[in-house]
Amino acid sequence: MGELALPVAMIDTLTSAADWVIVLPIVLALLGAAALLLLRGWGRLSFIFAALIVVGIIACETSLLLRVAETGPLSMTMGKWLPPFGISFAADVFGAAFALAAAVVTLIVLAYAEADRPTEAAGDGFHSLVLLLLAGVTGSFLTGDLFNLYVWFEVMLIASFGLMVIGGRAIQLDGAVKYGFLNFLATTIFLLALGLLYGLLGTLNMADIMRVAPAANPVAMAAVAALLLLAFSMKAAAFPLNAWLPASYHTPPAVVSALMAGLLTKVGAYALLRVLVIVLPASRDLLEPVLVAIAIATLLIAPLGAIAETNLRRAIGFLVIGGIGSVLAGISMPSTEGLGGAGLYIFHAMLTMTALYLVAGLIERQTGETDSRRTGGLYAASASISMLFLILVLATAGMPPFLGFWPKLLLLQAGIGEGGWLGAVMVVALLVNAVLTLIAGTRLWSHIFWRTAPNPPPAVGSAGLRMVATGALVALIVAVGLWPNPMFEAVRLGTADLVDPARYVAAVGLAGVAP
Amino acid sequence: MDYAVAALVGCFVSLGVYLLLSRSLIRMLLGLVVLGNGVNLLIFTAGRLTRSVAPIVPDGLTQPDGPIANPLPQALILTAIVIGFAMFSFLLVLSFRAYQSLDADNTDTMRVAEPPDAPHPPLSY
Repeated sequence: MGELALPVAMIDTLTSAADWVIVLPIVLALLGAAALLLLRGWGRLSFIFAALIVVGIIACETSLLLRVAETGPLSMTMGKWLPPFGISFAADVFGAAFALAAAVVTLIVLAYAEADRPTEAAGDGFHSLVLLLLAGVTGSFLTGDLFNLYVWFEVMLIASFGLMVIGGRAIQLDGAVKYGFLNFLATTIFLLALGLLYGLLGTLNMADIMRVAPAANPVAMAAVAALLLLAFSMKAAAFPLNAWLPASYHTPPAVVSALMAGLLTKVGAYALLRVLVIVLPASRDLLEPVLVAIAIATLLIAPLGAIAETNLRRAIGFLVIGGIGSVLAGISMPSTEGLGGAGLYIFHAMLTMTALYLVAGLIERQTGETDSRRTGGLYAASASISMLFLILVLATAGMPPFLGFWPKLLLLQAGIGEGGWLGAVMVVALLVNAVLTLIAGTRLWSHIFWRTAPNPPPAVGSAGLRMVATGALVALIVAVGLWPNPMFEAVRLGTADLVDPARYVAAVGLAGVAP
Repeated sequence: MDYAVAALVGCFVSLGVYLLLSRSLIRMLLGLVVLGNGVNLLIFTAGRLTRSVAPIVPDGLTQPDGPIANPLPQALILTAIVIGFAMFSFLLVLSFRAYQSLDADNTDTMRVAEPPDAPHPPLSY
């Protein structure tokens, strides 16, 4: 009797070779990580190998992004079962663009690390862990299945644990304990929500959840969505759950901080965007007051934390948290502008937050200090670092003409379009956030570069490749900010798929659903 | 049956949360393990508890003959157990290293990464 029903769920044609471009970046990263474990201790060669792998990943993702922009969302399913039985990878414009940004950031961090890491550190598995982290991040951006998302989260987490403790100084162990426990707790809560979701809907494929969720009990779905919000907010370090980030991100070497700030919290924010806005929109509407409260609290309190901090990298940690507030503001205003602003902010934060930590690394190396109370007068020694830092502060606060201005503009438009008291409060919160961020950043800038040095700055060596890598990233931020049109085109395509996921669902191609 | 297992999940989760609220690293770690097992049990219950046979298709048929157990929750739990075990092992080694180099297994005294003289949480955040 089931002889006829079965083949509907089976894939009988081969996946076309071009579709493999979705999984190729992940496969490359995982294989590269494994190969680099064997190449440990080959010194410079392992860096060149890792860089080549990342260049290959960038090439794959560029072609994926162009293809998605041209023909709409793309999906690929492994094995012979159609989703929701088989596990699928799915890419839309946002997913592909974030994956590309993650790979670009990784390449720059690898180049910076090559100059920054002591030669005796070769062989500690750094390159392997970086590629593993990239694999987890790319997988999270491109997966079409919630349980798969959990698995990629854990891949990312275990790699970041490894990066956090490389070197094994006492301060790193202290930071890693806090980071490790809280992030593992967050993924456990995520798994808890997944179990309840599976019990309610009987499926974990994102496209399938969109189809069956409206028929489920809305109260139970809201509870699941609240648990997901809790788990992803912990990952993204939104306001009441942010304590682990400033407590741990300043402990590893600057280049590891940069990589984590650029990739990890952004994946949490992206998961919030995808799961709450596309997959469970009805539950998002129920949770809107909570989202609004979290967004406003994060927008206001994080930069205040940055103003109160004197440790440079701890202060930047608070700026990272403030950025998450902007993403949450976009998620709580699900208009085209709001979602576009949230997506664009994630893209901007990946580049800018990484660059901020890289510049912090340059400053720490030049002055030998981590506390801004004991620094000063660096401008005389290195005007170029001061320029980089100032540009990044302005970009973080959202000053034109840098990249950070455009997402803020979209979010402000969304707030004005929202109207009523909610829109007004959001606009005020976003503007106050920009002013406070500017105060925090310029205060750090004037302490480090401008005022008379309490102790004369030590002799300055050449920053070399570090400076080139950081400069390239900052140049990218400025260039994209000056020519934002292609980016806006991508945002327009991306939000169209967020607002109306019909094309996304069609691309995933669920079994038993008429195409 | 479902209610009994649901109550058991509740016990696991509350015990896990209780242990997580303590200050000793090892107790917190045990709390995470208990919580994780509670969650695994929850996924198992969410897949419906039935007294069914293993999901094996008999020879010569294309689909199972009669009711079978739901294999998906078992696959999910297997994945979650493996991942949870890896995390547990890492955190256990990390706690031991932290105990060795910081001479602390109490989170109140693990303050190396904090600025000197900063107040303890929650006042410091």
